[in-house]
Amino acid sequence: MKTLTIPRARLPWFEALFWLALACSSLLMPDKLTLLSQILIFGLFAVSLDMALGYAGILTVGHAAFFGMGAYAAGLLAKHGWAEPFSGLLLALFVCALLGYLLSYLVVRGADLTRLMITIGVCVLLAELANRLSGITGGTDGLQGIEMWPVFGRFDFDLWGRTAFFYSFGVVLAMFQLVRRVLHSPFGLALRGIHDSRKRMLAIGSPVEARLRLAYCFSAAMAGVAGALLAQTTQFVGIESIGFNRSAEILIILVLGGAGRLYGGIVGAIVYMLVHDVFADMNPQFWMFWLGIFLIAAVMLGRGGIMGMLSRLVVTKGPQ
Amino acid sequence: MAIVLFDGVAYGMLLFLIGVGLSITMGLMNFVNLAHGAFAMVGGYAASLAMQHAGLGFFAALAVAFVAAAAIGAVLEFAFFRHLYRSHPLDQVLLSIGVVFVAISVATYFFGPSMRAFTLPPSLEGRVNLLGLEVGRYRLFLVASGLAVLAALLLVLNKTRYGAMVRAAVDNQRVAAGTGIHVQRLFFLTFSFGCGLAGLGGALSLGLLGLEPSFALKYLIYFLIVVCVGGAGTISGPFLAALLVGIVDVAGKYYLPGAGAFLVYAVMVAMLLVRPNGIVPRKGLA
Repeated sequence: MKTLTIPRARLPWFEALFWLALACSSLLMPDKLTLLSQILIFGLFAVSLDMALGYAGILTVGHAAFFGMGAYAAGLLAKHGWAEPFSGLLLALFVCALLGYLLSYLVVRGADLTRLMITIGVCVLLAELANRLSGITGGTDGLQGIEMWPVFGRFDFDLWGRTAFFYSFGVVLAMFQLVRRVLHSPFGLALRGIHDSRKRMLAIGSPVEARLRLAYCFSAAMAGVAGALLAQTTQFVGIESIGFNRSAEILIILVLGGAGRLYGGIVGAIVYMLVHDVFADMNPQFWMFWLGIFLIAAVMLGRGGIMGMLSRLVVTKGPQ
Repeated sequence: MAIVLFDGVAYGMLLFLIGVGLSITMGLMNFVNLAHGAFAMVGGYAASLAMQHAGLGFFAALAVAFVAAAAIGAVLEFAFFRHLYRSHPLDQVLLSIGVVFVAISVATYFFGPSMRAFTLPPSLEGRVNLLGLEVGRYRLFLVASGLAVLAALLLVLNKTRYGAMVRAAVDNQRVAAGTGIHVQRLFFLTFSFGCGLAGLGGALSLGLLGLEPSFALKYLIYFLIVVCVGGAGTISGPFLAALLVGIVDVAGKYYLPGAGAFLVYAVMVAMLLVRPNGIVPRKGLA
């Protein structure tokens, strides 16, 4: 197959182009702004899952626990008197980082199967909790009556979602840059080392468990910010934000885009949400059927999702 | 009190029946199979169809359920699962979630999203006096089947040549293959057998859990808990864990209805903290 070669030094331009295109998409599709904000938010959520799953190699099918926790944290803060958007994000970040750090002690020890069980268990536990505490969370009706204050005190959240889109865009871009910095730091390199060969990292004296715990905590905080964004921009928190199905969905998005790659989550979210939007009137059962077929095919045939496919078509060269 | 305990045991037996197949596949092949609930669902639908359309009795329908689930398990093993025994657990998780999704949508397409109607055979209705305790016949039958399957499995695993081969492969696959055991075929047979057991459990659960397309996901967590808490790859571990989960769940719903499913998850997290490798850890893991 013919491959395209790109000098590595040009890569930042392509990235800038990618984000510019995302920003411009709002002008091209002014009636789809809500969808575009959700794409960005799910992209951030998938990137956060990628930190834990793709980079640190922690098998988790319960990441919606943090997403939902962040959404409820931000939603409840706004509902009970303080509706300034950025402080809501900050609260979600801290709550989820704390929860992630505490849980990391349970998750990091044990084999893959135990990890899987604990992550699923905690996620289902929190979903049940949100369901039971309906006096606080609204239960199955969802958390309603959130009214956000304007961003920076100036830009009101309008009916068409223009502010919501640019607010999400700014936050997601900032978070994405943060994730990139972290992944390219020595800490990120250590994570990659642990993912590839845990034994060798232990042998060269890397504190493997502490690194994994920190990665999990960081990933949880990012997922919380994504959840808070969704709560603030839609001014609503549904019970389905937290739970197994959302966790499986975000896993599918990540696998579609390509796990263990910086842009995998975002590309996956773009494709998944657009396809989902096109087939929105399709019977949900058929949607589920094709998702299942896609998953089976993805495992049996392709490796690395869309970004994996791209990396086979496009080769970068030059100094790193 | 005693009746709650008994109902808990009956529920636990059901969880054991479905979960033990999962324990074998997870322990033997290190395969993280989230599709196990789907096989139980296949058994449930097969039994239900056999009773309604073919006019079979409940007990004959149980046999149909076993065969149907085992057959579908065999086909899927041959087509998909077999290629992933050595892959990363993430691939296994994704594949099995895909299988669950397809199973749920296919079941909804053919049988509709609602709960399947089911009537117990007359011989299992009503109550019977057991040592001064009024227990439901159906639940007594569940307990008896659970014990029978446990005894049969222990016997097969500990006393027969096939059992010895399975145990050898669980302990060390490479050495087992080196002694001339056809591990691939062993996996294939054991996988379909485990699916068959799940189907049997699914059919037996018709009167207690009910059957709907979401069954495959709804109870999956319970099966996984049973296997994880009990110890994957063993028979007695899941048995003890299933009893524990069954009793805790029923007692929790009875005495603390507000707590709901919390109790089970809390017990699971606590047990996994104390014994990360299960109540009865597999050899070499303790």
